[in-house]
Amino acid sequence: MLSPQEIEEPVTTEEIIVEELEPTDLEDAVDNIERAVPAIEFRDVYLAFDDKVILDHVNFTVRRGETKVILGRSGGGKSTTIRLILGLLKPDSGQILIDGEDITEYNEVEMMNVRKKIGMVFQEGALFDSLSVYDNVAYRLHEQGVAEAEVEKEVRRMLHFVDLEEAIDKMPSELSGGMRRRVGIARALVGDPQIVMFDEPTAGLDPPTARTICELAIKLRDLEDVSSIFVTHEMKNIEYLSSEYATVNEDGEVVFELEGEKLCMINTEIIMLRQGHIIFSGKDEQLRATKDPYILKFMRGK
Amino acid sequence: MNPLKKFIFELQEVTSLIISAFVGLFKKPFYLVDLIKQMDIIGVGSLPIVLLTGFFTGAVLILQTFPTLAYYGVQNEAGRSVATSLIRELGPVLSALMVSGRIGSAISAELGSMVVSQQIDAMRSLGTDPNRKLVAPRILALIFMLPFLTVAADIFGIVGGGVVASGLFNQSFDTFLSSVQNGITIEDIIGGVIKPLFFGLIIGSVSCHKGLSTVGGTVGVGRSTTSAVVLSSIVVIIFDFFLSRALQSILDTKPI
Repeated sequence: MLSPQEIEEPVTTEEIIVEELEPTDLEDAVDNIERAVPAIEFRDVYLAFDDKVILDHVNFTVRRGETKVILGRSGGGKSTTIRLILGLLKPDSGQILIDGEDITEYNEVEMMNVRKKIGMVFQEGALFDSLSVYDNVAYRLHEQGVAEAEVEKEVRRMLHFVDLEEAIDKMPSELSGGMRRRVGIARALVGDPQIVMFDEPTAGLDPPTARTICELAIKLRDLEDVSSIFVTHEMKNIEYLSSEYATVNEDGEVVFELEGEKLCMINTEIIMLRQGHIIFSGKDEQLRATKDPYILKFMRGK
Repeated sequence: MNPLKKFIFELQEVTSLIISAFVGLFKKPFYLVDLIKQMDIIGVGSLPIVLLTGFFTGAVLILQTFPTLAYYGVQNEAGRSVATSLIRELGPVLSALMVSGRIGSAISAELGSMVVSQQIDAMRSLGTDPNRKLVAPRILALIFMLPFLTVAADIFGIVGGGVVASGLFNQSFDTFLSSVQNGITIEDIIGGVIKPLFFGLIIGSVSCHKGLSTVGGTVGVGRSTTSAVVLSSIVVIIFDFFLSRALQSILDTKPI
């Protein structure tokens, strides 16, 4: 019911339209053309080694700021997908696009430019044995000839992000498996890539350390708007990535909250590969509700 | 794949590796620090083994040939025979074989380990070309250092021969050395330095190729290391024949 004041000063039609149609963040995202272009896109990608088909006309996209979890059994094509995105392998047919750019036929020199946008976290870290933690994390910057003062600042920032500043002078052989993975993450994040790929980053780690790795991925998704691919075969990782989000509290600390009953969009989707095909694509709720016996057996282990 | 096809494929891969490594030499970044480090490992690190090889090769040459030379009354030519054998042939080939065993195995094992632990993939994903960062410094270091190692082996071989000639066969060192000086020609020295340049290229390219094409985990590293040493040694020996023939024609080398 209008108040006497509102009756005396009627609202014009234009004001009503402007007020009701104030853009939301979602609409902003749709209207922003750049965000509409997927970060990663596979179009009908086919790859076979001798007689074994690794990827059989696979199609999927990773949107901006999305984490795509790729599930599947060992040898199912998960790591191959990542190698294709990095240009370490070429598909037999189909197209691969990064930020709308077709990289399928790119040579090694052209791929160097594309790789600047991508950070890669390898299984077991793949740290350079002969270099210290500092030199490992600084690797990309040293190759680019960046001034040492700036290198040190960036290295310390990255090691702080993965909570490993005290290991800065250690050699990889002195680190535990989990620490090596975290240094690998720090190294991958130098240069603030907008696409990060995790290749089974928690394999062989104890649950608390695996949880730490997942938290880093969640932080990147929610606080840095990074698009990522997270290859795994561990269901616990999916639970973390699909049900928790990172936020910064009043004290400036990063906290992880459960989706619970709050309405929020956790930007994680899951695809599952089997013998080169995508047999599932969707959210974690859909995965849990599936009746497919293969997927059920994969999730439950029997 | 039949053996001929496999050989041609491997030759293509090695050639492509060499070309991409050398083309990258003229572009930034320049990996000078890596080159100097490799020269230290290859040159300084291999010196003891090469000097020992040279010394005892010269010694055994005199041990075996002096009695025969004495039988024909030409024992005063012993120094010349040792020097020309070493400088033309034994110095370059034996030094190359020693370096192939020591450095060739180390290169292929190191690169193979990097392949199986995904360090090479990590390097590429971080924007570095492994051919420029790893392969080129190693091949160049071998090409630079093998001639120096060969000359050092030749010198020690002559000394070894002289020690045996004077110690066992009572020939004066002066007689031995004069014979050496009279026997060596500039063509011998040039040929003796040209050969190691090619041998360095062969050892470096074969070892790097084998290392970078390692498959099959740690077992694969062992296989590629063995393969690198065997293949580079065989190629050195076969190539030596053709190179010797070519140098004889080009340099018009006199008979020993």
